Amino acid sequence: MSLQNLSLWDVALAALLIVVNGALSVALKLDLARKLAWAAVRTVVQLLAIGYVLGWVFQYDRWFVVLPLMVVMTLIAGFAGAQRGTRTYAGQREDSVLSIWASSWLVAAVGLFIVIRIHPWYEPQYAIPILGMILGNTLTGVSLGIERMTEELTARRDRVDMALALGATRWEAAQEPARQAVRAGMIPTLNQMAVVGVVSLPGMMTGQVLAGQSPLLAVRYQIVIMFLIAAASALGTVGAVLLTYRRLFSAEHRFLASRLVERATLARR
Amino acid sequence: MTDIPLVDAKDIARRDPLTGQMLLQPTRFALHAGDRVAITGPSGSGKSVFMRALALLDPLDSGHISWHGKRVERTAIPRYRRNVAYIRQRPAILDGTVEDNLRYPFTLKAYRDVRFDRARAASLAAEAGRGESFLDKRASELSGGEAQIAALIRVLQLAPEVLLLDEPTASLDPESSRAIEGLVHAWFDVGDAPRASVWVSHDPAQARRMSQRHLTMRAGVLDEQAAPFEAAPCAREIAGGGAATTRDGGQERTQ
Repeated sequence: MSLQNLSLWDVALAALLIVVNGALSVALKLDLARKLAWAAVRTVVQLLAIGYVLGWVFQYDRWFVVLPLMVVMTLIAGFAGAQRGTRTYAGQREDSVLSIWASSWLVAAVGLFIVIRIHPWYEPQYAIPILGMILGNTLTGVSLGIERMTEELTARRDRVDMALALGATRWEAAQEPARQAVRAGMIPTLNQMAVVGVVSLPGMMTGQVLAGQSPLLAVRYQIVIMFLIAAASALGTVGAVLLTYRRLFSAEHRFLASRLVERATLARR
Repeated sequence: MTDIPLVDAKDIARRDPLTGQMLLQPTRFALHAGDRVAITGPSGSGKSVFMRALALLDPLDSGHISWHGKRVERTAIPRYRRNVAYIRQRPAILDGTVEDNLRYPFTLKAYRDVRFDRARAASLAAEAGRGESFLDKRASELSGGEAQIAALIRVLQLAPEVLLLDEPTASLDPESSRAIEGLVHAWFDVGDAPRASVWVSHDPAQARRMSQRHLTMRAGVLDEQAAPFEAAPCAREIAGGGAATTRDGGQERTQ
């Protein structure tokens, strides 16, 4: 079995499908036409670019090329993770980068060195796509977690304040919002794990099968990946929520509500 | 009564963390056992800022607070707040029944040594003119007045030394207001334990009823007032209120 070659013309044919979305947008007055066009262009440009970059990296195959690429991927994920939510606080970006970086790299290391045992240790064909998949999912968990935490603290400010006034420690006062936030961050991964194989065939597995790999081996890889993703997004979410908690509650058991500002306000200043 | 105040604020001051504007000018304030203090002043003059500062709920920009003559350290803050209880204008009620709300404090570390006592809670409810069924009422069914009564019982059952009441009856009907005042009176008169209260009010008559020491807050400056409250400060307060609301302390703005 060999991979069917795709010419650029074939790709252009598929791109016509985005016209369906555009037509819907116009018909339903969704006002999304411009956004759709932009998203389509980004998809094409970003993927073509990464195709060339990866081609070059795989060919060059040196740790000092692979590692910086992984750092850049991580930073982009970290910055993207801080862009959700109507409210933000000074330091949200740092918290997002730190929690995504630490959890993804730790879990990727476990997967690459202990489970898959790649050689050499930076083998780009494994390291880059696996880190990428972990980053993508951790980013979702982290951004949902931080968003929910700031939302809960805003909505429940009275209760948090009441708990502190009664003599609650800062952790006792923040516990419930933090718990909700971690839950919110972990649910997408849990949902994904519940339907994998039944409703969705994950992209990586599909890719391996298309490339002629035996489905049974592809499935084993996919199972490993799912657990790596679950672990990293759980660790990342908990880490991000705890970092947010530390920013917004002082050691004097105070809730620093004034640090939570609307995103628009921050942009104006 | 000893010379050492229960709560001693030494030159506490607070600025708006965003604009840097002075919300509370450096203020000295000593609260002795047996003191019943009332504070009046226009909206946004810093009364809430001062009360929250006394409860150590907001970061101070300078000064510090002593409790029984000892500076309150970080780790002692939950314990301090157990004894110096802050009652907010808008009560925060948790989901569940009134009893669930009254049980909540006992889940906190600061109250490990005490247990919830339903009989005591019921007798407090009775003092506020509510039957024992009040404890089983759903939080979602409480009127504004009942919610404030529940919030006050939640604090009073814990027998705090000091009550900081931040306009607890500002939006309540007269009957609920009287119930709140009655509960505070009963708490104050109990036994020989040292007690003191600070009551922020818009109502000069209530301030007279609930205090023997009168202070005014104006643009972040707290002043001792020699004469008892008259009708006049009330009129001034209304006149000053509109102009002063924009320079609020951030506490009331977000409510």
